[in-house]
Amino acid sequence: MKPFDYVRPATVTEAVAAAAQPGAVYLAAGTNLLDLMKGNISRPDRLVDVTHLDGLDAIETLADGSLRIGALVSNADLAHDPAFATTYPAVAEALLSGASAQLRNAATVGGNLLQRTRCAYFYDTASRCNKREAGSGCDARDGENRGHAVLGWSESCIATNPSDFCVPLVALDAVVEIEGKGGRREIALDALHRLPGNTPERESVLEPGDLIVAVRLPPTARGFAAHARYLKVRERTSYAFAVVSAAAALRIENGKIAEARLALGGVAAKPWRARAAEDVLTGVAPTTDAFQEAAWRALADAKPSGDNAFKIELARRIVVRALRLAAAGTPARLPALPASPLASTSGAFHA
Amino acid sequence: MPELNLTSAPAHLRHGSNIGQPLTRRDGFLKVTGQATYAADNHPPGMLFAVIAVSSIAHGRVTFLDVAAAKRHPGVVDVMTPEHKPQLAIDPEIKTNPFVFRMEALHSNEVRYANQPIAVVIAETLEAATEGAALLAPRYETLPPLVGLDAGESFVPPVVGVGNPTENHRGDVEAGLAAAEKQIDATYETPPQYHNAMEPHAIVVQWDGDSLSVDMPTQGLKLSLARIAELFGIAHDKIHIRSPFLGGGFGSKGLMGGPPVLGIMATKLVGRPIKLVLRREQMYGPVGHRAPTRQRLRLGTDGEGRLTALDHHARTVSSTFDDFYEPAADASHTLYAAPAIRTSHDAVRVNTGTPLFMRAPGEATGSIALESAIDEMAWACGMDPLAFRLKNYAEVEPITGKPFSSKALRACYEQGAARFGWAKRSLQPRQMRDDDGLLVGWGMGTATFPALMFQAEARAAIRRDGSGVMEIGAHDMGQGAWTALAQIAADELGLDIDRVAFKAGTSDLPDAGIAGGSAHTATAGAAIHSAGAAVIAKLAELATGDERSPLFGAGNAGVIARGGRLVRRDDESRGESYAEILARAGVAEVEARGTGAPNPAAMEEYAMHAHGAVFAEVKVDPELGQVRVSRMVGAFAAGRIVNPRMVQSQLFGGMIWGLSFALHEEAITDRRTGRIMNANLGEYHVPVNADVPPLDVITVEEHDPHVNALGIKGVGEIGITGSAGAVANAVWHATGVRVRKFPIKIEELLTQS
Repeated sequence: MKPFDYVRPATVTEAVAAAAQPGAVYLAAGTNLLDLMKGNISRPDRLVDVTHLDGLDAIETLADGSLRIGALVSNADLAHDPAFATTYPAVAEALLSGASAQLRNAATVGGNLLQRTRCAYFYDTASRCNKREAGSGCDARDGENRGHAVLGWSESCIATNPSDFCVPLVALDAVVEIEGKGGRREIALDALHRLPGNTPERESVLEPGDLIVAVRLPPTARGFAAHARYLKVRERTSYAFAVVSAAAALRIENGKIAEARLALGGVAAKPWRARAAEDVLTGVAPTTDAFQEAAWRALADAKPSGDNAFKIELARRIVVRALRLAAAGTPARLPALPASPLASTSGAFHA
Repeated sequence: MPELNLTSAPAHLRHGSNIGQPLTRRDGFLKVTGQATYAADNHPPGMLFAVIAVSSIAHGRVTFLDVAAAKRHPGVVDVMTPEHKPQLAIDPEIKTNPFVFRMEALHSNEVRYANQPIAVVIAETLEAATEGAALLAPRYETLPPLVGLDAGESFVPPVVGVGNPTENHRGDVEAGLAAAEKQIDATYETPPQYHNAMEPHAIVVQWDGDSLSVDMPTQGLKLSLARIAELFGIAHDKIHIRSPFLGGGFGSKGLMGGPPVLGIMATKLVGRPIKLVLRREQMYGPVGHRAPTRQRLRLGTDGEGRLTALDHHARTVSSTFDDFYEPAADASHTLYAAPAIRTSHDAVRVNTGTPLFMRAPGEATGSIALESAIDEMAWACGMDPLAFRLKNYAEVEPITGKPFSSKALRACYEQGAARFGWAKRSLQPRQMRDDDGLLVGWGMGTATFPALMFQAEARAAIRRDGSGVMEIGAHDMGQGAWTALAQIAADELGLDIDRVAFKAGTSDLPDAGIAGGSAHTATAGAAIHSAGAAVIAKLAELATGDERSPLFGAGNAGVIARGGRLVRRDDESRGESYAEILARAGVAEVEARGTGAPNPAAMEEYAMHAHGAVFAEVKVDPELGQVRVSRMVGAFAAGRIVNPRMVQSQLFGGMIWGLSFALHEEAITDRRTGRIMNANLGEYHVPVNADVPPLDVITVEEHDPHVNALGIKGVGEIGITGSAGAVANAVWHATGVRVRKFPIKIEELLTQS
């Protein structure tokens, strides 16, 4: 592979300075980046290893009831933290439905937010890809694209964001804390990822050197613990990216939905918050009719980007199911197959 | 190479020592402790790394490689290209025998498929070689590629598989269809699939004086040796290949492919030892694959559900430069007693690496189509699928009319159905639900695979200390040859297995034949059987001819070899140990050779096949279409079972592959470029643990006096057949949706809710 410099800064400030240089990228667990480097999709000049930085691996409850998750907390540690899983069950379920146990042990919260698309044309350096090489074209548009986006795509790019973790996070109004050249700032996770438009090479609003140091769940996120699920349809029972997924979280008071949160995964270049669907659910009884109406709202703007029209109908059905599951109540224990529609079937006992 | 210590497993894990005993894997301890040396684990001093650069186009010509840029990269030693390479002794395009496939040995700039090797970068480190290959930045003159089953004019290939007739028939199919009360006419598609052995193809090669020393996984030591000898003009006895363990082969390591040849060329070019290992994505091209098929089946039945005709046509593909045709329709020759059967094939040429044998070539693709069609026909007749199969049970091989050498399929159906609980199945689809509301479906398929034999030789010896030696260049691909063949050797030599030095896995040993066609245990076992018998006969001759021996004069009555002793057959209290016999005779050892080969007279007389019945249960989300197999039962009859534990594992593996065929595996080819878009194990799906349900394997007792001296039929491939169809049929039974394009996808099952 291409030779690169490897630096291990001692402080966040040093890290930001090192990573602000052209050609530099951050390295955390590398579960995505190293594959991209081996495949020549990413050819960085410098890796800035942040895994040794102090203070980024804590899960802390703040005075106002927020939860602050350090960027270096591993997916597995977060998902298996009992208090976390109880309070934010849909997030734990999403984490455990992703990748494999080995990858979850290594992968980090911060890295997960920035994982790249799994579009085959992005990975295939012989193909044209506007995301990999700005302005080169998109070979996915007329290619093998049954897995591609049905929302928010453009003629320049039809790739999807593959993260499970981000889907319930965006539903719960997660906030991302960023350390940059200009100091610390924070943005809503929903504003972190950009839709492709004419510049699919710009996947997030981060600037050179920006380091995600934490993800914060606001106090309101706690209100959904009793009715929150993540549901993920995939092409094998485990170790597969979502065809379509959904996170549904409800606050139910007196038999009515006081507040609803809904986000979709596998459908767009970002985790897709479905606010229009949330609006129609507010104040109504949690009925299948209401959920179907919400599903239609959620997918109202969807259109196929190729051989993937089925994903729109599938997404509607997943929305209805996820809402139904959420309304039924968070199970006392996470199912053996987290987020799987087949969670209850007998068979092998693996996540 | 260090002598393999195969007796290092803890003693308490041993369960027996002879044929029929479920011995644990004798090499298991080495494997789980990391001591089993696979080819790429070798690091001879001074070794360089070679990395292949592959073509990113499927058709055209390489017009430029930036060799200078690659060579400037620190650590790069040399770049091998069509213009800069050692000459081969013969043109690699010449097919010197039917088991030679054309390979890319940098003999031209022409590109015939994506991922074709176009250069080799040799460097001090793997990283430098890898970057050197990237820096070559090839430029091409690109021609439109031929892609897919409709790529061009179809033609009728001269043969399919290995020398099978392209067309075959018995009876009048059209008349049978015309006379049928009910008919079905259905077309099924199967995708290209890649072997994806866990261990990538690899070679470590060096010159040892004027001898070539090769570490390379191979399913055919002698075929590989002969191919290296002719390509490089080296005498056979100057080539030594070690292949003690393979991390899976599945047919892709059977015949010498281009990549190891490039490794040998590289060592010749730079004069230093070379290691060349394929990257995962490079295994999607130059090392074979299962070709896609489109199969049309037309079946007819009379008023009682008896088949009147079975017509099976398969379209497949081969490469633009060589010939291998997936013999999919041949699956219809043996199973169902239609009075009229016709099988036929045609093909188109596409820009792909040449397809090759992949576990159950023809049988796997043909079986899923045939078993689906049988299921459809049974439904059309309103019959239970098992009852329909029994109604059409073949008492003789339908296509030839020959009797079977043995056929315990009826017992497989009975035992499998009983274990599964098949009798409770609803006839109608989409009738069964579990407590969670998931659709439940039950499907079945019949399994079959021919009982083949190749040629093999073995050398046996009894040593002065009373221990035995059995030498045969057999191949352990993970199936358990180190164990099962040693068990046969122990029986034949009349010794405890720990008293037998069983040697295998190197090219200097007697030829064991290719480890393929599910024939390795039968073939190598037959050679071991005959070598063992011969050496015991020699030993007996020493004893019975010596008046000082208690066995003197026992020649007519005969002797039995047991527990390291020869005893009189008519009086087992009289005998003596091997050591005593050899000590008195004053010889260090006696040795003998034996061969194993098919018996042409028996083959002429009998149809020889293993059989089985597979039952599967699936659960399907009624609205979301996700499928999971929840149970599988397979009952198989395959003659004598040498090691039930290994056989169970083989059948498990086959059944999982069948599940994979029905639901998961597919190489996705970009229709415009011919490039494979999922050439990695993240996106080319095979089942993970969570996809594999509890598996139940029944081995049905079967005695076959005709297949070979040991009565072994082989179990390596049969597990896929039947299983794929059983899962597909279960999906139909669960959902009422008949999917005829495999693998079955979620969107096909979203039609109802």
